[in-house]
Amino acid sequence: MARDQTITCKVNGRTYEKSVPVRQSLADFLRDTLSLTGTHLGCEHGVCGACTVSLNGRSVRSCLTLAVQADETDIVTIEGLRSESGEWHQIQKSFHENFGLQCGYCTPGFLITAIELLEENPDPTENEVREALSGNICRCSGYSAIVTAVMAAARDMRELQKK
Amino acid sequence: MKAPWFEYQAPRTLEEALETLRNAGEDGRVLSGGQSLMPMLNMRIAAPTHLVDINRIDALNHLTVESDTLRLGALVRHADVLRSKNIREGWSLLAEATTQIAHIAIRNRGTVCGSISHNDPAAEHPGVLAAYDGTVVIASTEGTREVSAEEFSDGMMSTILEPGEMVTEVRYPRPAPGAGQAFVEYARRLGDFAIAGVAAILEVRNGTCERARLTIIGMGDGPFRAAGAEDILTGETLDASTSAEIFAAASAKVMDEVDPAEDIHASSGYRRHLAGVLTKRALATALARTGGM
Repeated sequence: MARDQTITCKVNGRTYEKSVPVRQSLADFLRDTLSLTGTHLGCEHGVCGACTVSLNGRSVRSCLTLAVQADETDIVTIEGLRSESGEWHQIQKSFHENFGLQCGYCTPGFLITAIELLEENPDPTENEVREALSGNICRCSGYSAIVTAVMAAARDMRELQKK
Repeated sequence: MKAPWFEYQAPRTLEEALETLRNAGEDGRVLSGGQSLMPMLNMRIAAPTHLVDINRIDALNHLTVESDTLRLGALVRHADVLRSKNIREGWSLLAEATTQIAHIAIRNRGTVCGSISHNDPAAEHPGVLAAYDGTVVIASTEGTREVSAEEFSDGMMSTILEPGEMVTEVRYPRPAPGAGQAFVEYARRLGDFAIAGVAAILEVRNGTCERARLTIIGMGDGPFRAAGAEDILTGETLDASTSAEIFAAASAKVMDEVDPAEDIHASSGYRRHLAGVLTKRALATALARTGGM
């Protein structure tokens, strides 16, 4: 049987048709085949959360998903958060303003996770934010600034909704 | 940290999947949520030569309640369990345990049947299914068979599944009306595998415990059914003045009966201690939730 299969998927709004090795992870596909290196690999066994991307609207570990499984799916990575005019997503602005990152390695995973949380729960308590982010590891920040950034983003996004 | 080579097939029907599994024999593995299998592949702990990806088989994606039995198909994810009002209301222990499984991104992919097939002794689902006296539905090209949760488990990370077989569904009978259900666990960090956990279901009528179900997870050998403690509870009067003493006796019996494994996370003695403490806590919570009988 073939070691490669052809998949068609949409990534950040653009449709790709590519031949992929069946054992290749979605993370390696995004990084090596599509050169979307904003998705970072930390542990490669699902523990650190750095590689989290959105697949059909749900956050998934791209290191625990095969590229072939992304056939006929719609994926959003960190590169897809900016608007077409180049403006940052509210969550990106909020991480920037609230010092929600230092080295930035874990940040793409945190942003995708936080966006899914705020879509399901636009007005979370701080505890709910901490629980939602508990699957993402950050070695720099001590997490406080990240939690502050997500709370601030939630506030800002609610304000924008009202307008 | 890259997966070894394997043959990959993603059939659209169960029949095709079972055919592929039969042909693969001992070297075939089912890929459902992949939240245990993929790390094992990446770390080269497992190296099956054939992966049968069942994610495209829509017929396995059912979450239904029929004649007081909850049926979860092989593609029901932990996140689906948490979104189900039926489960929150009728099978609250299952919902409560699922909130403690890993993190959102894992729960979006990982499946209940996958967890039960993997039978990690620290995982929640095998112990929860046993607490409900649940059933595992197994299919192969030869047909289907149903076994109880207890029969299904065959020790640490081991089940009675034969090559060519897969779990297609798990079934949870609805507890009697007014039964109290609780799941408590202890883990070092939120979302980690439990060091120990306890699932308890108490059916109390007019103050008397008519039926008790108690399973312990994290002991090292698949879910442990605390039958001795269940016997202590059954027939006893459980009220504010008597319950503490009876629960202490049940807890002592659990500590006596479990044989916890030792690993880098906890010593055997600490696990036994936790099993006792969590038993009391689960029983008290379950009792507080009884009512309406």
